[in-house]
Amino acid sequence: MSDVLNGLLHLTSMLVIPGLAYGSQLALGALGVTLIFGVLRFSSFAHAEGLSLGTALTILFTIWLQGHGVSLGVLPTALLGMLLAMPVMALIFIATDRALYRHFRRINARAEVFMIVSAGVMLMMNGVIRLMIGADGRDFEDGARFIVSARGFRDWSGLAEPLVIKTSQMLTIAVAVLATAGLFWFLGRTQAGRSMRAYADNRNLALLSGVDPDRIVRLTWVLVAVLSVLAGVLFGLDKGYRPFVYQQLLLPMFAAAVVGGLGSPIGAIVGSMIVAFSELALTFAWKKALAYFLPAAMAPESMMQLLSTEYKFAVSFLILVVVLLVRPAGLYGKVSR
Amino acid sequence: MMKHLLGTLLMGTALVAGPALADDIKIGILFGFTGPIESLTPPMADGAELAMKEAGDSGLFLGGDTVSSVRGDSTCTDASAATAAAERLVSVDKIAALVGADCSGVTTAVLNNVAVPNNLLMISPSATSPALAADTDKGLFFRTAPSDSRQGELLAKVLIDRGITKVAVTHTNNDYGKGFAEAFDAAYTAAGGTVTLDAPHDDGKADYSAEVSALSVAGGQALVVLGYADQGGHGIIQASLDSGAFDQFAVGDGMHSEKLMADFGPDLKIFGTVPWSTGEGAEKFAALAKAAGKNADSSFVRESYDAAALILLAMQAAGDPAKAAEKVMDVANAPGEKIYPGELAKGLQILKDGGEIDYVGGSDVEMIGTGESAGSYREFENKGGTFETARMLTAD
Repeated sequence: MSDVLNGLLHLTSMLVIPGLAYGSQLALGALGVTLIFGVLRFSSFAHAEGLSLGTALTILFTIWLQGHGVSLGVLPTALLGMLLAMPVMALIFIATDRALYRHFRRINARAEVFMIVSAGVMLMMNGVIRLMIGADGRDFEDGARFIVSARGFRDWSGLAEPLVIKTSQMLTIAVAVLATAGLFWFLGRTQAGRSMRAYADNRNLALLSGVDPDRIVRLTWVLVAVLSVLAGVLFGLDKGYRPFVYQQLLLPMFAAAVVGGLGSPIGAIVGSMIVAFSELALTFAWKKALAYFLPAAMAPESMMQLLSTEYKFAVSFLILVVVLLVRPAGLYGKVSR
Repeated sequence: MMKHLLGTLLMGTALVAGPALADDIKIGILFGFTGPIESLTPPMADGAELAMKEAGDSGLFLGGDTVSSVRGDSTCTDASAATAAAERLVSVDKIAALVGADCSGVTTAVLNNVAVPNNLLMISPSATSPALAADTDKGLFFRTAPSDSRQGELLAKVLIDRGITKVAVTHTNNDYGKGFAEAFDAAYTAAGGTVTLDAPHDDGKADYSAEVSALSVAGGQALVVLGYADQGGHGIIQASLDSGAFDQFAVGDGMHSEKLMADFGPDLKIFGTVPWSTGEGAEKFAALAKAAGKNADSSFVRESYDAAALILLAMQAAGDPAKAAEKVMDVANAPGEKIYPGELAKGLQILKDGGEIDYVGGSDVEMIGTGESAGSYREFENKGGTFETARMLTAD
């Protein structure tokens, strides 16, 4: 019996909770990707830098708050800093749109042109981030690091395997659930949300019905700013902030959005979980877990690890390629547009 | 009027420059001032410059020449950036010799792409990859640090002596890490230990929980981390403590940083090996560094001082900066008068008079076959937040 319990604890601490947290972080990012694609009709390569810039701003605001003696006790102060960073990010996104994307929208440029423009935005943001905060890693988590720590749980339970729950992981999952619920409520139940969906579904028809396109674009960027700051800060709290690492988030976020079907919010969430758990499960060493669940005679000798951890990135790339070949519209996507 | 002024100014400059007969010999310093070991490199460069200043101030170097240093950034990891920086030092700054590079990978690149084509003497204080011993360096490359194959053997001995016979190993995914891990695995297995898993980790990642999860499944009494304290090694220890996978760590020289205890608490169970020397040379160097207000205790500071000192003494022995490489072994080894840190003037004088010296320096320099130091090591251990010496080890 205790074997099964140990096995479950091992899987929960090493696979399920980290997977849910990582999946939630990706989901918040992928929702931004899918919103931009759905409403503004292009793939924004600058999205990962948006997460990074939002986090960098949050770190600066957090340092400022800490300087004034503000603290949230066991919770990280960055949760407050984040609220200050969101309006700034929204202004930055709207200003970028005014300066660049609006022009191309007016001349009805093709989606590929937008994509290249967004790549330019990515490079510019990248430079701004390095000027602002440098290229070094930063750990900005304060408050209690663990809800359940390895040593504490072992001492309490007497079991061989520990249960580990980090504050940042639980926070990530909780915030992601709230944010997603809020987003769905906004899109489904408010007038503004409905006009946004109408604009996304059929631009001409929405314009004829009196929807103000500039307002829709502004609203979209505000939503994207909120989601980006949330995703970036939660990822940073969990794993530490490093500008170069954030660049690498672009691929898993796009993979998640494509798996779910670009433009579909539900798809973005399901896709994110698929990508997160595939990355973890394929590089997970199953030996210990199997040894707990199987009878002693059948316990495996090898590590039971399908891919070495260095190949983690290849997993999201593989998923992206397979989905584009087999089902280009994704799980929840419309068949053609 | 303007033309007139300019003319006078030019004449003035020419007059000032004219009578200076003594040359200024430039020595390059190529360390990773940015990148994974950026916290280690400033004291190293200070150490090398200490030797240059000492020789220059003595007035005995060559024809009373002065010595100045030019710093370049090796980045520690990016071979093309390091090569470009070395090219600049050679072609723009016209350096006569190079102290560096620091990390093994970039050192190999600079040696093959810059030093050999330009016939440039290069002494590295910290490149420790066993692979560098085999390089066809045309007698231009030396190192004041011993190769990692020695450290691998000694770290294996330290673990066995502590009664730890089963470990998991993770090494940083570069020349240094791979060379070190291979040497360690071979020595540890030969001494009766078991390596459950030797997994590489990449530096600069956000999260090392996946690597640690695999290592913890393989299991072991301790985790051997052969990486960098500013980089992946830090993340590996963080993830190990977070998940409760390992609570005891054995490390190599790249992880010899007391910042680890500042981050993870003074109770961290960590021990390891680092090139070190005690005795007369080390004491004299500590006094010298203290007088100059520099840090003598950081990794590879003594070796950096010795690398610069050997270059200058070899130049003096050859009488010509371009031929210094031929004399490095002569000034480093017996026979001759022993030269300690702070005694460079004495050494320069002896060489000027045609005598012989045996440079000891801060790290007990003794060059062996392939131009590397024989080396002595310290077994260190965390006691309440600082590293203390458990014992000194010599590679016998």
